[in-house]
Amino acid sequence: MSPSNPAPTQASKTAAPKGPERQSSDDAATDFMAQDYSAGFVTDVESDTIAPGLNEDVVRFISAKKGEPEWLLDWRLEAFAKWKAMTPPQWAHVNFPPIDYNAISYYSAPKSNADGPQSLDEVDPELIETYNKLGIPLHEHAMLAGVVGADRPNVAVDAVFDSVSIATTFKDKLAEAGVVFCPISEAVHSHPELVQQYLGSVVPQTDNYYAALNCAVFSDGSFVYIPKGVRCPMELSTYFRINAQNTGQFERTLIIAEEGSYVSYLEGCTAPMRDENQLHAAVVELVALTDAQIKYSTVQNWYPGDKDGKGGIYNFVTKRGLCGGARAKISWTQVETGSAITWKYPSVVLRGDDSVGEFYSVALTNNAQQADTGTKMIHLGNNTRSTIIAKGISAGRSNSSYRGLVRTSPTATGARNYTQCDSLLIGDTCGAHTFPYIESKNHDTIVEHEATTSTVSDEQLFLCQQRGIDTEKAVSMIVNGFCKDVFRELPMEFAVEAGKLLEVSLEGAVG
Amino acid sequence: MSALLNVEDLHVNVAEGKILKGLTLAINPGEVHAIMGPNGSGKSTLANLLAGRPGYQVQSGSVTFAGINLLELEPEERAHAGLFLAFQYPVEIPGVSNMEFLKASVDHTAAANDQEPLSTVDFMRRTKQVAADLDLDPEFLKRGVNEGFSGGEKKRNEILQMLLLAPKLAVLDETDSGLDIDALQTVAKGVNSFRSADNGVLMITHYQRLLDYIVPDVIHVLADGQIIRSGGAELALELEEKGYGWLTDQPA
Repeated sequence: MSPSNPAPTQASKTAAPKGPERQSSDDAATDFMAQDYSAGFVTDVESDTIAPGLNEDVVRFISAKKGEPEWLLDWRLEAFAKWKAMTPPQWAHVNFPPIDYNAISYYSAPKSNADGPQSLDEVDPELIETYNKLGIPLHEHAMLAGVVGADRPNVAVDAVFDSVSIATTFKDKLAEAGVVFCPISEAVHSHPELVQQYLGSVVPQTDNYYAALNCAVFSDGSFVYIPKGVRCPMELSTYFRINAQNTGQFERTLIIAEEGSYVSYLEGCTAPMRDENQLHAAVVELVALTDAQIKYSTVQNWYPGDKDGKGGIYNFVTKRGLCGGARAKISWTQVETGSAITWKYPSVVLRGDDSVGEFYSVALTNNAQQADTGTKMIHLGNNTRSTIIAKGISAGRSNSSYRGLVRTSPTATGARNYTQCDSLLIGDTCGAHTFPYIESKNHDTIVEHEATTSTVSDEQLFLCQQRGIDTEKAVSMIVNGFCKDVFRELPMEFAVEAGKLLEVSLEGAVG
Repeated sequence: MSALLNVEDLHVNVAEGKILKGLTLAINPGEVHAIMGPNGSGKSTLANLLAGRPGYQVQSGSVTFAGINLLELEPEERAHAGLFLAFQYPVEIPGVSNMEFLKASVDHTAAANDQEPLSTVDFMRRTKQVAADLDLDPEFLKRGVNEGFSGGEKKRNEILQMLLLAPKLAVLDETDSGLDIDALQTVAKGVNSFRSADNGVLMITHYQRLLDYIVPDVIHVLADGQIIRSGGAELALELEEKGYGWLTDQPA
């Protein structure tokens, strides 16, 4: 990492806190949608630039930019003070040079014209090839690849018009059901009491180094509120995929499901997204109250870097759900194929009696990628149940680790956990590792752990070839079969995309 | 008539040593050949070599299949050209449903031959019909490829694949081993329904029993890497009576 100017000198010029810039009317959903987009296209870029560096002024600047209330600024500053006293975790089975946090710009830094690709001609041809294979429309290539200027309307104008109108339709339907779904920066103003009550209630500020950093400098993310007894009328996916751009590198998401409600939320994108920001440290908090259900699915395909992992994203994410009431249920499903390094443990705290936590995961690493991912199931309530199905696939020179904790507390009488952890190795230069932790503090609990390691065997490949199926297709078919238990937890259209994604991610892994 | 398969003076090594030592064999369209012989005579080596399994080195000789040099082709290209191997020990592919596997196989083969793929509906209808002919429960098509199949189910599954792919030449590597008499009859029924004037079958077997149900046109006796005797169906009966020693104890 190159040393950088510790003091954000440029910020001191441009970072003067401004008053709230928001429109006062919150009746017109379209207005803020349009505003959100225009913010990305029209806003004077210079005024949004903040020089690299991290100090209290930067935190104040971010908060002021968003016109945040006093309590939130205080909360950010408190987190920042705590973060300064913390050290990065060293226990994960990943290797990377130390991160210079003063070399990062913390407010929607526009892509530097000097650094970014100037046109698609300068983008890694393999990336473009991947877009083609995934069937991504040509006009989105430049945007995804982070080409300078590609997010301006002259390039993506159709997409913008479309997404605004589609999003508006969704917005009406959701409003009818009483569902709140908006950027968290918006929710801070429209639903301050909910944000204040729940922000940091599941992932405390000091939970870990990256979560603390996120608390101090989070950029934006989603806020979802499902009222009592409401079944969210649609999967919160398409809408999100349209809106997911520019949430920044410190994303913050909060989902609250009131008593007896249900919501299925899907984040991510199968397209390999490039981003100039190497470090991504998101926090996602889920709160499911009595009899509520939250299903959270992720397809993560951040740019993994080149064949040596150079330029890839570090994805250091904290995701946790709280089953706060009886019979609440939280399911995490994730398909992780991107990023140079993945450090991620979507967890469930099972506080309500008879509550249920689930974790279904596919983590694929190829080339020089590293993944240390898994889950934590914290059983506090009686008769709480959790299921963990984790599938790790390693190819190339990559390393994939499963790390999981199942803890049953003295209060969790009758708790049950079932864990199945399978690793599939492709080739002989990759690694798969399993770090299961089981802490049982109540005799009346049942914790099961099953683990397997297998390879894609020459015999299997030969059988496929003899039946006319080439090796690459054969590997993809075998890997998809291996992941079937997880894919069936995904929303239908994404299960298909996920299968395709694995196929593309594994190209060249054999032969 | 040009031969479907022409093997000329084939010498093949594996890591452990020389296995085939000058094997010559010609199969014409419409013919069923059986290769018999004691353990270690090179029967399975011949089957694997034809299918292109890695690990077999051809020292000399040639193999022509449907007019092309088979030895230059990748295993999947041989399959596309119409060469099918029914495996002695079919391997499991957990999680990949049998139906999905069959469809991929049929589609890839059709695509490689510039043919229109069967529609999914037609494919499933045909597959279920063939499975029923082989006394396979339709449920079995949903299970993982060979996953938890009995020995008999695995072998019937191989025949199912053969019937769906309709190859020019089917090489059956000890397809009769591990089958009870009912399963053997079912498999034989499948193979007999496959026989036509356009295709050929090469059966590799240790036992004469199979030949009661699939009557070959030609029987070859393979010993120590060479065919030491060829004859009609009656040769099998002679072997049954006298054992291989009758042939191997005297110079070929």
